[in-house]
Amino acid sequence: MLLLKKSSIWIAFLIALVTLPQLFDSILAVSILNQMTIAIVFALSYNMLLGQGGMLSFGHAVYFGLGGFLSVHALLLIEYETMVFSILWIPLIGGLFGLLAGLFIGSFSTHKAGTVFAMISLGIGELIAASSLIFSSFFGGEAGISGDRTFGPLFFGIDFAQNLEIYYLAAFWVFLATLFMYLFTQTPAGRMANAVRDNPERAEFIGYSARRVRFISFCAAGMFAGIAGGLFALNYEFITEENLNAATSGRVLLMAYIGGLGYFIGPIIGAVVLTLMNSLLSNYSELWMLYLGIMFLLTVMFLPRGFAGFIMMHQVAWVRGNMKMLIKPYTLTGVPAALFALCTIALIEMSHTEEEVFHFLGLELNTASSATWIITTVIAAAAFYAVRKSLHQLSEAWDTANAIPKEERA
Amino acid sequence: MLEVLIFATLNGLVTGFLLFMLASGLTLIFSMMGVLNFAHASFYMLGAYAAYSLSLYFGFWTGLIFAPLIVGALGAVVERYGLRRVHQSGHVAELVFTFGLAFLIEEAVQFFWGRDTKNYQTPELLDFALFTLLGQEFSAYRGFMIAISIGIFIALYYVLTKSRVGIIIQAAITHPQTVANLGHNVPLIFMGVFGVGTALAGLAGVIAGPVLTTFPGMATVLGSIVFVIVVIGGLGSLAGAFIASLLIGLLQSYAIASDVGMPDLLNLLGVSFDRSHPLNDLWTISLPQIAPLLPFLLLVLVLIFRPTGLMGKREE
Repeated sequence: MLLLKKSSIWIAFLIALVTLPQLFDSILAVSILNQMTIAIVFALSYNMLLGQGGMLSFGHAVYFGLGGFLSVHALLLIEYETMVFSILWIPLIGGLFGLLAGLFIGSFSTHKAGTVFAMISLGIGELIAASSLIFSSFFGGEAGISGDRTFGPLFFGIDFAQNLEIYYLAAFWVFLATLFMYLFTQTPAGRMANAVRDNPERAEFIGYSARRVRFISFCAAGMFAGIAGGLFALNYEFITEENLNAATSGRVLLMAYIGGLGYFIGPIIGAVVLTLMNSLLSNYSELWMLYLGIMFLLTVMFLPRGFAGFIMMHQVAWVRGNMKMLIKPYTLTGVPAALFALCTIALIEMSHTEEEVFHFLGLELNTASSATWIITTVIAAAAFYAVRKSLHQLSEAWDTANAIPKEERA
Repeated sequence: MLEVLIFATLNGLVTGFLLFMLASGLTLIFSMMGVLNFAHASFYMLGAYAAYSLSLYFGFWTGLIFAPLIVGALGAVVERYGLRRVHQSGHVAELVFTFGLAFLIEEAVQFFWGRDTKNYQTPELLDFALFTLLGQEFSAYRGFMIAISIGIFIALYYVLTKSRVGIIIQAAITHPQTVANLGHNVPLIFMGVFGVGTALAGLAGVIAGPVLTTFPGMATVLGSIVFVIVVIGGLGSLAGAFIASLLIGLLQSYAIASDVGMPDLLNLLGVSFDRSHPLNDLWTISLPQIAPLLPFLLLVLVLIFRPTGLMGKREE
């Protein structure tokens, strides 16, 4: 019974992975799903470092990129028939190389956590990104290298030419990788990673080498990042320097942090949300990176534990059956907050657009008339004022919903 | 040969002093708050852009004075309403906050000023050759850059070690609670130091903008190098930052000016490789090619063998 309860969430995850492309079967949807699978594995591997192990890395894309480059080279090997194997195993090659890179780099970078580790990871990241442009016979210079995934032997008659076929291949690896990353958190190595994160000194007193514990997490994180890189190589069939430079390292940090670092599911949420934003929002606005930056800063400031942390905050109220108490205050704050956000976005977009009539949520805003500007600004200001005013009742309601009932007090 | 050496030295000094203006603020902020400000180079970029906009209407000199003030005020606001709040969530959150801020500032700069390179020019007043040496000119503006940087270094050193404000700041770094008990407003001091540090970065941007071009990627170009300097010099050490800035500036300048490379080394060793050798890229590499790599190589080596940096204090 306990086993069933424990595995139910995994069965749900598996069902979601299998049925999602059936529910959303457009070409765009499948390509977004493919990006999501890659992002999930990558963000989870980052969480192994920062969330579980307390190592803030600014160069995690190195393992992703190196895994990806090796995978494209493996595709080329298959293409030229130097070696013949099914492309099903490509992510494993990426993972293996990520692990090797982790073993090498981890051997000298895991002495310390904290700032020293962060700086080494930054230095290594810049070093490898810069040298990838110099060693162009392996990395292909600025253009990168490309392969073709259809040359491998057929897998039960499938040649993986379609994106949907690659999705199922990726889904298989995502499920395995996620499962293993979860199981890793339950092993002694995973538990000790948490201990070393929280207090390396105490962990050493009970006989564990903090460095060794970090090293194990580091190598595992490198391996899973490499698997994500392999999935990337299979999906796009090319890889460039951009995939191992600081921008990619930053993006994975964003994903994991916005999702919520302390929770296993956090990076998954972050990966899904950011991939959706990336692919959907970029169609509507060229300023989406600006919004992403604003959202990221607001998350760090007001939801330090990310989206997952925000959801988990409600656990007490949920258990006590007090969620109903929060509906009204949330609406009172949430509606003006949403209004304020929309008005701000409208103002930003209006000042950016060059067209005279700006279409926004079905409205036609005339950017030439000052009345539009004044009205939008006034609504934004009023909404902001309403948010400020309503915060008080929200925090009061929050306290009552989370209060310990009288009979339980000792 | 000699003029190459002299000009490489001069250019190295210009870069080194410029880097020091950035690194000094960064290292001061680090010693106060214990957080490395990832957005420091972004304030440098803001300085360049603000000065560019001001120079369009009021000329270069107004930009030189007011742009750093604007940037410093912005920095103080960021500290007061952003960092101070995030401080409660710990160091990682602070680092991540400044990281996000750097990201946001880059996007905001593109939003306000566009993606193209701005035509930010040196003032006409300094548009002449300061001296001509062995047929090469050294522009007066570069001399002006060195003069400003040295001036800032001396002023900073004097204020921090000799003035009353400097002594209170130094005390607040090591003993914030005692300083607070003596009746000083420590959070205000923190805000002030953050503001002054970012203003210095802004000033560096103002004077570097015309030479190193003003474009949205200028923060990324210098951002990690400044980090390298602060770490190599020893976190929190102003003297270390000074030495490391000049070291990196000269190192890069010499590497770019040199014309040696792997082929020369191989010749010296009497080894040669075929063009079709798989490591051909490695055997044909030249020193100017890897010049941008050197600071990071140095960073990794320093962190492995001497994590406290050149002048850093021993860790407790």
